[in-house]
Amino acid sequence: MNQTIDTTTAGGSDPRPAGRAASEPRRWRLADYPSLLTVPAILLLIAAMAYPLLTIVLRSFSEPEWSLQNYVWFFSTPVNLTVLARTFSISAWVTIVCVIAAYPYAYLMTTVGPRMRLVLIMCVLVPFWVSGVVRTLAWVILLQDSGVINSTLKAIGFSSIRLIRTQTGVVIGMAQVLLPFMILPLYSVMRGIDLRLVQAARSLGARPALAFLQVYLPLSLPGVFAGAIIVFILSLGFYITPALLGGPRSTMLSTLVQSQVLSLLNWGRGGTMGVVLLVSTFVLLAVAAPLMRQRHKQASRS
Amino acid sequence: MSTSKTRERGAAIDIRDATKRYGKFTALDNVSLHIEPGEFMTLLGPSGSGKTTTLNVVAGFTDLTAGDLSVGGESIVGVPAHKRNIGVVFQHYALFPHMTVGKNVAYPLTLRGVEKGERERRVKAALDMVKMADFAHRYPSELSGGQQQRVALARAIVFDPPLLLMDEPLGALDKKLREWLQLEIKRIHRELGTTFVYVTHDQEEALVLSDRIAVFNQGRIEQIGTGRQLYDEPATLFVGKFIGESTTLRGKAETSGDETGLTIAGQKIVAKEKLAGGETPVILLRPEKLSLAAAKAPITNGQNSLAGQVSEAIYLGSGSKYQVVLRDGSIAVVRSSLEAKPFTIGDEVDLRWSVEDSKLLADDDRADMTLT
Amino acid sequence: MKPFRIILGLFCLLVAVWLIMPTLVVIPMSFNDKKSLAFPPSGFSWQWYANFFTNPEWSNSLLNSLKVASIVAVVATFIGTLAALGLSRMKHSGAGILRAILITPMVVPGVVLAIGIYAVYLNYQLVGTTFGFVLAHTMLAIPFVIIAVSASLEVFDVRLETAAASLGANRFTAFRTITLPLIAPGMLSGLLFAFVTSFDEIIVALFITSPYLKTLPVQIFTSITRDADPTVAAVGTIIFFATSLVIAAGLIIGSKSKRS
Repeated sequence: MNQTIDTTTAGGSDPRPAGRAASEPRRWRLADYPSLLTVPAILLLIAAMAYPLLTIVLRSFSEPEWSLQNYVWFFSTPVNLTVLARTFSISAWVTIVCVIAAYPYAYLMTTVGPRMRLVLIMCVLVPFWVSGVVRTLAWVILLQDSGVINSTLKAIGFSSIRLIRTQTGVVIGMAQVLLPFMILPLYSVMRGIDLRLVQAARSLGARPALAFLQVYLPLSLPGVFAGAIIVFILSLGFYITPALLGGPRSTMLSTLVQSQVLSLLNWGRGGTMGVVLLVSTFVLLAVAAPLMRQRHKQASRS
Repeated sequence: MSTSKTRERGAAIDIRDATKRYGKFTALDNVSLHIEPGEFMTLLGPSGSGKTTTLNVVAGFTDLTAGDLSVGGESIVGVPAHKRNIGVVFQHYALFPHMTVGKNVAYPLTLRGVEKGERERRVKAALDMVKMADFAHRYPSELSGGQQQRVALARAIVFDPPLLLMDEPLGALDKKLREWLQLEIKRIHRELGTTFVYVTHDQEEALVLSDRIAVFNQGRIEQIGTGRQLYDEPATLFVGKFIGESTTLRGKAETSGDETGLTIAGQKIVAKEKLAGGETPVILLRPEKLSLAAAKAPITNGQNSLAGQVSEAIYLGSGSKYQVVLRDGSIAVVRSSLEAKPFTIGDEVDLRWSVEDSKLLADDDRADMTLT
Repeated sequence: MKPFRIILGLFCLLVAVWLIMPTLVVIPMSFNDKKSLAFPPSGFSWQWYANFFTNPEWSNSLLNSLKVASIVAVVATFIGTLAALGLSRMKHSGAGILRAILITPMVVPGVVLAIGIYAVYLNYQLVGTTFGFVLAHTMLAIPFVIIAVSASLEVFDVRLETAAASLGANRFTAFRTITLPLIAPGMLSGLLFAFVTSFDEIIVALFITSPYLKTLPVQIFTSITRDADPTVAAVGTIIFFATSLVIAAGLIIGSKSKRS
């Protein structure tokens, strides 16, 4: 059916200026160039994001003099590589913990009644109600050697474990901060899954576990990907939580960047680390883009 | 038809040589159309034929590439939509969801600075006219599709525009409701005397509503006329096939005097018309002009006859409808009255009609392509 | 199915506790009678609340944060709404790319942005200025406004503007009377997001702060790193209850407007 012509011209004004026919030359109109409305935002982004980032990239090459020395230094110093690897491994752990915790939680959200669902959503949102820094302080209180967790462990007869200033502590704290970013996209995808598909699989003879693995899990994967990508990328740049909960053995790249710039005033090396972090983030995004697109297809199908 | 008194409220429309191009695509190709004050004019055609583009041009939503457009004698080319004072009813209702029915209808009056008492009076009158006065405090989301469209109609007439445009206003409604609202629209047109321009792709709707119909195809107007003119005297094969049911016959043609003869599968039929040179003739027949006779029954003078076989027989209550496969493989549609002799599927029959009822038209393969 | 549901329920209870425990632990800490962060607190007192409101270090930082966040909320909502409108009306494929560019501040690691902004601000004497804070925070807040307003523009029917034009409204009037009221909820949530983004922002703030202009998160952070001061817990509790009030009010207004 060739319905396009009638419907596309039905509403809105035609963006193309009229040619010879319109007796007078048409007035220039803002409405003909909607992209102009984004100019203030673009200018602001250039001033407060692009220009600063460019400055950092330039300094990573130019300080103390024009060369690749900062990059050579970064990739030839074992400490840096250890921290880089740790940044990735902590981010990976945080992502895994988030997926494991969020998947059943989001699933439960889709199966309970509206009142219980509100309670579950509130539990996800409550952490946002307290300042991020205060929340990290709470984790210090909870995780410290004489803290709530260790007191509880001792009270029920276990030996205390060291959590504060360890990687485990950092992962626990970061995952809690990032969990909502995992639960919410997962929930929105799961909500769109037609549960009758699972019933159909059951009726065709699949046992519950098999029906889940072959029908529900593949349909929910786009949500897992979307959440995991967000969590991983945010983890890479985390600063406050590892700074307060972590010790020297759980330093992440952000902390190194900060100390290079603020404590050592070494803009070249700090900038180099920043560029490495930035590039890692965008490479990850580029790799993840196809998975996100798959999510789109899925969403339009359901 | 409106009386001469109410006619004064409607505006005449003149579209001259209107052309609209989108890049290489021509949506309107040199269209000219004159609409009388107070007339109910329907723009009829398939999707993409240019009827909605014409409406959008008149409303001011689309600019012309070339040509002129005047309403009430004054050119409105270049006048923005909001200064044209033309009422528009959309297929998708376009009621403002954050305003009550009353506020929706009052909106154009508020914009025109009508003071409160007068505004309330006119809103009430407009809602009365569409029989929605009891719903003034409801929100559009609380109304059915038919109710929403009536409110939209009230909103489009409340400011007394001399011209009302309607873009497939009943397209989203079911058949029963559509038929009832058609009569409502006819009544409102009669009471208001405003010029109505109505866009639809439904030829039955066009026949029910209109004073005159302009048939659009591929960006051009094929014919303008009353429903009867279009049905009885189609100017083109497209119009003939688009309005009502029809049978078309093609064959080897020869002209003698004022007559044109067509040979179809060895049988010769005649039409009392002839075409200009260079055009391939087609004969178009209306189903109620055709009759069926038992094969080889005697022919009266001035009748055409073609042999065929009944392939479908449908009882309609008021009569019967047959499909007959002719010898050349083409299919004829016949409508017969109750008194006529009934036939059943498989019967060998002769298709008969008066020579005067053979409508001779120029063949046009676009007519078939657009319809499918 | 039954045992599965029970295990699932218990697991989710654990996750829920994990999510809200840090919030819950802050409240009792704020009533500690000693200057310590040991849990549970040994006694009850209001002294940390008194300290928050009387100590100029704390009250000034609160005022600074409120001021910066308010300006950011208004400016970011304005600029972000304009951008969202522009994006929604762009017909060619560039809209997708432009949208992606406009929300990049969400994915750029905070520290990298922070050192970049710090470097630029040092050059232009913007460190420790309200303008500097507003500029940086607005940039960070704009993506949230764009996302919130775009969501409400997605369900907004542009044809309503055409209808308004046919009824006699010029472009501006149509926007003011039709478009604006219909996207107002999106703008309001954008405004709130922008406010919270600025009010809670710490990483950039840590770099561009000065002794003369400290925001609340910076004050909290320095307090945590300097000594164990339960005033921080009092601040957290106050923010928690203030947010709860705003959300409760929002829910009540939302359910009321839905009913009408």
